[in-house]
Amino acid sequence: MAFDFDVIARSLPYLWKGFRYTVELTAIAATGGIFFGTLLALARLSSVKPLALAAAGYVNLMRSIPLVLVIFWFFFLVPVLVQGITGAERPPQIGAERTAIITFIMFEAAYFCEIMRAGIQSIPKGQVYASYALGLTYGQTMRLVVLPQAFRNMIPVLLTQTVILFQDTSLVYVISATDFLGAASKVGQRDGRLVEMYTFVAVVYFVISVTLSHFVRRLQKRIAVIR
Amino acid sequence: MIDIRDVSKWYGTFQVLKDCTTAVRKGEVVVVCGPSGSGKSTLIKTVNALEPFQKGEIFVNGIPVGDPKTDLPKLRAKVGMVFQHFELFPHLTITENLALAQVKVLGRGRDEANERGLKLLDRVGLKAHAAKYPGQLSGGQQQRVAIARALSMDPIAMLFDEPTSALDPEMINEVLDVMVELAREGMTMMVVTHEMGFARKVAHRVIFMDNGEIVEDAAKEDFFGKPRSERAVQFLSKILQH
Ligand SMILES: Nc1ncnc2c1ncn2[C@@H]1O[C@H](COP(=O)(O)OP(=O)(O)OP(=O)(O)O)[C@@H](O)[C@H]1O
Ligand SMILES: [Mg+2]
Repeated sequence: MAFDFDVIARSLPYLWKGFRYTVELTAIAATGGIFFGTLLALARLSSVKPLALAAAGYVNLMRSIPLVLVIFWFFFLVPVLVQGITGAERPPQIGAERTAIITFIMFEAAYFCEIMRAGIQSIPKGQVYASYALGLTYGQTMRLVVLPQAFRNMIPVLLTQTVILFQDTSLVYVISATDFLGAASKVGQRDGRLVEMYTFVAVVYFVISVTLSHFVRRLQKRIAVIR
Repeated sequence: MIDIRDVSKWYGTFQVLKDCTTAVRKGEVVVVCGPSGSGKSTLIKTVNALEPFQKGEIFVNGIPVGDPKTDLPKLRAKVGMVFQHFELFPHLTITENLALAQVKVLGRGRDEANERGLKLLDRVGLKAHAAKYPGQLSGGQQQRVAIARALSMDPIAMLFDEPTSALDPEMINEVLDVMVELAREGMTMMVVTHEMGFARKVAHRVIFMDNGEIVEDAAKEDFFGKPRSERAVQFLSKILQH
């Protein structure tokens, strides 16, 4: 069997669309995940026990279920939930792409929560005391003093998690969302060129992930110097 | 100005503060000393409610600190505090460190806050370092900035928790000089320190703590002249040896 890499060139616009969706999904899920993850981390560290317990429960649940299951689950559950909230007659059509975004934000929030929690705990208690002593409130102390430092300290870990997320987004093919891998699969199946397409996808993922990881390591060294 | 009445505090079953009662009048400088673990930091932190207490009451300028209805951020904004490890915010420049609470808590404009900050920075002799980050300054310099930061809030009283004990010996005096000047200007001060030179120079009263108790609370002359308790005598002889 001869390889035909021409299939890649022919379907480039379609593949590009899939790739853009993958990057978008990664960016949105990382941003949303870090945002909600930070809120979860604050909840987990809260002295309000029920809040801390609820957040811990959510995080542990998400972290002990395989991602594929979570995706399936949300795919079927989210429309029903939205129906329940809006009181619509039938479950609304949310679409695979949007389901994927919601799922990934909620799933990644659990992982980013643990990273931000470690980041917050790495800030000495004295910083919080000093901030309170100046008259800043809890919210101001977190927003202006603790979180900026926690975030800065955790940037390498957050980026590493984002690289993992970038790879994990390929799982959306199970709900037939057309991400990079999904687009390549469809082309490959149509033209009978799955081997070529999967090789191509693997190379692209590899190059991007290795480049990003390299960047993270350099960043880590720079941060270590600053501190 | 600061009125501490029968304050007790427990960590679980361990009692850190035992019926502590004392007062700091306006313009008075009170030095708190005592062995490690005697509760000095805990006591001074109860004054601006950084540490809650279970029994007794503290009044700062007449405001009850332990009252759940008290607006704590507002109260704390009026009481300056300086810590052993400086606790400048490392992600902000010196100027930003000085302006942050002025803007966010007192509602001053950015320019006004920066101007006030620079003036205080000049006062502690560090105007040239305004644009730097805390990590670029020596310990002594950081502590002087920390004092300037506390002063930028125009506090009615200042609390110091071992402000020089994390410093290299050659930097202790530059910080003490700033504190002495502050004391001479009539600032109300409660200072946890083992710098007895500072106490002799500017303190009005000395409080000696041991095991969570205020063992001695005397005018400076009396404390150094004729401390009554055995424990204070022992403590003094120990720290005055070196
Ligand atoms: N969070 C805590 N939980 C339990 N015990 C604590 C806690 N914080 C302080 N303690 C204990 O309370 C006692 C008083 O502590 P504190 O820090 O007030 O002492 P100190 O006089 O300031 O000592 P030092 O000179 O070492 O600073 C110590 O025995 C300490 O171990
Ligand atoms: Mg202490």
